[in-house]
Amino acid sequence: MLRLKNNFSIEHDIAGCGLCGIINIRKIRTNGEDIKKAIALEHDRGNGLGGGFAVYGCYPEYADIYAFHVMYDDLAAKHDVEEYFKNNFIIEKQESIPVFKTSKINDHPILHRYFMKPKSDREDRLLHDLGDDDFVVSSVMLINSEYDGAYVFSSGKNMGAFKGVGYPEDIADFYMLDNVEGYMWTAHNRFPTNTPGWWGGAHPFTLLDWSIVHNGEISSYGINKRYLEMFKYNLALKTDTEVIAYILDLLIRKHGLPVELAMNVLAAPFYQTIEKMEPKQKELYTALRQIYGSALLNGPFAIIFGYPDGMVALNDRIKLRPLVAGTKGDFTYIASEESSIREICPYPDVVWSPKAGEPIIIKTINTENISQKQRLIIS
Amino acid sequence: MITIDAKGLHYKELNKIIRESIASGIKNVFLENVNGQYYIGDGIKGDNITITVNGVPGNDLGVFMDGPSIIVNNNVQDNVGNTMNSGKITIKGDAGDVVGYGMRGGRIYIRGNAGYRIGIHMKGYNEQIPIIIIGGKVGSFFGEYMAGGVMVLLGLNNSEELAGEYFGVGMHGGAIYLKKKIDFSKYSKEVEFLEANDDDMAFLKKYLLEYAKDFNLSSEDLIGGPFYKIVPSSARPYAHLYTSSSL
Repeated sequence: MLRLKNNFSIEHDIAGCGLCGIINIRKIRTNGEDIKKAIALEHDRGNGLGGGFAVYGCYPEYADIYAFHVMYDDLAAKHDVEEYFKNNFIIEKQESIPVFKTSKINDHPILHRYFMKPKSDREDRLLHDLGDDDFVVSSVMLINSEYDGAYVFSSGKNMGAFKGVGYPEDIADFYMLDNVEGYMWTAHNRFPTNTPGWWGGAHPFTLLDWSIVHNGEISSYGINKRYLEMFKYNLALKTDTEVIAYILDLLIRKHGLPVELAMNVLAAPFYQTIEKMEPKQKELYTALRQIYGSALLNGPFAIIFGYPDGMVALNDRIKLRPLVAGTKGDFTYIASEESSIREICPYPDVVWSPKAGEPIIIKTINTENISQKQRLIIS
Repeated sequence: MITIDAKGLHYKELNKIIRESIASGIKNVFLENVNGQYYIGDGIKGDNITITVNGVPGNDLGVFMDGPSIIVNNNVQDNVGNTMNSGKITIKGDAGDVVGYGMRGGRIYIRGNAGYRIGIHMKGYNEQIPIIIIGGKVGSFFGEYMAGGVMVLLGLNNSEELAGEYFGVGMHGGAIYLKKKIDFSKYSKEVEFLEANDDDMAFLKKYLLEYAKDFNLSSEDLIGGPFYKIVPSSARPYAHLYTSSSL
């Protein structure tokens, strides 16, 4: 197994991968069988060096506290991190993440999960007064960059990431996702080309409740990384996708941007397009480009972004990676290939592709505004 | 004739059966329950061979194909007919991105819409004229760097937006025909927008009639003019990109 604290002298990762997402807008939960079938159809888009899933709604009994998924190289690493957890968190429950060793996945790190919340009298309060979310973010950054052989790969509420080295269908069997239920699933099949496949490098990348699966290459990784470092994000994983998760945390949670606008920062309209907008829109988009120039993603990408209230599919501004959507009743499906959707939903009501740089945003219906009319393109 | 149930078959096995069938002299291949298998009909040669696909075929359908016909009764994914040399692909649904990349002969008829980068780098020489006809609308980069051949965009679905950005950018050969007038001022300065003349219509008629027949459309509606034509202003739009124009 590749050691978790990866010291590869590599700038970042390029990948040509497969993506899938399923959401039920009424938050009806389904198990992991469909998403496994859908991503398995895209088997040949990956090469067995990374597969993973994010699922929302999987821990209803601990919905108010943080669910940490952590991978460890060895018991010493586990001991050190648990020391930190004990000092700073009230741990309601901890256990091994249930796994089923198969002939395909038999070499893996120690996988453990913790349901917990930050202590109110924790040590760091002497120095600063972080809110719970901020403290969780700084704990994730600290463990991922400073603790040898330990990596937090999930830290949200009522959601979880399940990932590793292997084809996604084998990773699904390994984590027994047919026993896991959620109202939204995303999946990734990895084809790493610039960094080795290691457990921490598999998608999704998550932070708090945000999750990202990504196909493509973020050419702007360097400038995005330097920008994020100003806001105390540590880019410890050496893969380009990591920046997307942190940029969205910064824009949506810290700066309070609506999801729609955050997407328009990642894939900002070209100035020639802004030029043609109505005065008010023009002012808004010009301001976004000026303020968030360093958060713009360059290079080819297709991403599926998951957050508790919905799912977003987004392409780069000139559509250099595939992305297809389909709906059937309360379900919406997103995938790199239409056949992937039809594998689990043979006759969708509609099938369409997002336009370059224009997000498809599917919100669960307990939040206002089901469809963002301007952006949800059904043709 | 052979009927193959493609359900659960990996593309390698499926394409092996198709190739062996054609090699053994079978002219009609029916594929049932296709879903996502890549490379169907790639590099196959021969006359009077027809592959009928039921289901959504995977990427790279009919790539390098030289002679046969493929009929798809559903949508198709990306990269259909890449570098196709001759033959015909008929698609009853929509097509994904990058149809007919570098295509050098044959016909691709699409009943529905098509995605981004349709007919980019298409080329033609003497009797080798690749033809793509799209019934609906297309995304950006339509005919980018087009060097030859003919594309027809019909816009039959009455959608507001017939094509995306960067229409015909870098186009330096071939022709694009439109059944609907569009505001071309926002597009490439490297092309010219004209009304199609009688010679153009005489050339197009044969293909439009075939298209109408394939998709059960009224041929009068389809060939009734006027049509508009887009041709490159220059055969070498970038001749002076790196040198001064006085050289």
